[in-house]
Amino acid sequence: MNIINILEEIEKVDGEVYERLNPRRAAMKQFYGFGSKVALAALPLALGSMFKKAYGQTSTSVLSVLNFALTLEYIEYNFYQTGLNTPGLIPAGTPALAALTNIRDHELAHVNLLKGAITGSGGTPVSFTASQFDFTAKGNFNAVFTDYPTFLAVAQVFEDTGVRAYKGQAGNLMGSPGVLQTALQIHSVEARHAAHIREMRQAPAGGGVTALRPWITGANDSGVPAAAANYAGEDNVVQLGINIPGLGFSVNASTAAFDEPLTMDAVNAIASLFIKTA
Amino acid sequence: MKSLQEEEKDLLQNESGILTAKLQRRSFLQYAGAGVAGVALIAAGCKKDHNNDNGLSAGVDLGSGDLGILNYAYALEQLEGAFYDTVVKSPYTNISPYELSLLTDIRDHELAHREFFKKALGTNAIQSLTVNFASINFTDRTSVLTAAKAFEDLGVSAYNGAGKLIKSADYLLVAGKIVSVEARHAALIRDLLANGTFADNTVIDVNGLDAARSPLAVLSIAKAYLSTQINASNLPS
Repeated sequence: MNIINILEEIEKVDGEVYERLNPRRAAMKQFYGFGSKVALAALPLALGSMFKKAYGQTSTSVLSVLNFALTLEYIEYNFYQTGLNTPGLIPAGTPALAALTNIRDHELAHVNLLKGAITGSGGTPVSFTASQFDFTAKGNFNAVFTDYPTFLAVAQVFEDTGVRAYKGQAGNLMGSPGVLQTALQIHSVEARHAAHIREMRQAPAGGGVTALRPWITGANDSGVPAAAANYAGEDNVVQLGINIPGLGFSVNASTAAFDEPLTMDAVNAIASLFIKTA
Repeated sequence: MKSLQEEEKDLLQNESGILTAKLQRRSFLQYAGAGVAGVALIAAGCKKDHNNDNGLSAGVDLGSGDLGILNYAYALEQLEGAFYDTVVKSPYTNISPYELSLLTDIRDHELAHREFFKKALGTNAIQSLTVNFASINFTDRTSVLTAAKAFEDLGVSAYNGAGKLIKSADYLLVAGKIVSVEARHAALIRDLLANGTFADNTVIDVNGLDAARSPLAVLSIAKAYLSTQINASNLPS
């Protein structure tokens, strides 16, 4: 790792970086100290924490987006964790177990990454435990942990909604390029999950929903009527004022080629169905 | 007479002179405010040579600013569109109807992306690029799907890395709408090659993050599939 490159990169946006990290020699020493003591995975957080001391707090809106994202990741993580811990739910001896474990691990990694980012930026991360969630969504999915196809249907809805939630917040992170990029890097992982869960639902054990595609066609293609709000607007075919079917494409291809965002309010309304009121 | 770009540069310098104190603190928060920002800095720290343009400084000029990024995306969608169009028009040996229908869907998405960018860019759009798929054996399933996986993972990392370079919130949102579809493609293609590899540790890191690549890093990979030379030297970085 080239420390000079890092400082030059910072200098591009702040010509006084060396003065701020005063005295410079101490700053460099701190760099080397961090580099040798902190594991690579933890280094971004360590750096963020160090710079916070020199530059002050992250803006409230970025922190609120991070806590919003953290809430969703807690829901997803606890959903998969509960499913994996429910004997007899996931068919034994199938690739499903490894796939769902992989997804669960990603959601936990997102929880930890976001917690660290919020703490490192001087904010207070939200906190949830499994007992605070109601994955039946107030009785909409009573079989969520007893019927495997229902479990996968809810998983698909969570993943597709997660993709929409991150997408909807990208514009609010434009002032923080590092956070924006990280959010985008989570966003595309959720999309990969969504695609795979959709494939799993096509299999006979997963419900045999053979018409389902890895991408969203039209609005609510989940087969879950209660998820209409989760897919509202996904049937949009106009991008930047350009009518995509007008360019010679079918309506199905035009909707599937572009995923649509959801506002924070819309996502919170959906998420609140899964969070028990105290 | 100064070029437009030089004038723009002068204007920006004057502007930053007036707003220096406030802007510098604010812009630095972009890097330092949240802990996760360190990722970008680490990437910078690992660059060996920040003046290496990888042979991407002559040829079709993608342009600068947001239009440059849109042309960059347009170039990548041209590449993907041409690839899947070839696959669908001459499918690999013994392709199943199911796989052909999936690859046809993907072809349509990529062509829709390509035509969308062309229309959105209007007279600013770069020319049609000439592709070079000599390294791909279109009769062989593994060769085709391996190339598809490379294109899709590259596309995801390209949009993930370009997001922070975009100034218009509308363009950023459109990029976001496309990248998640590319990620869905990537997941499917990976599962077709080996079920369960949709988001394995060859593409997702220990923090559960997908890859992000700079335009130069992406184009230095993509140029192997292009006969047309690309000039990316005016892109924001």
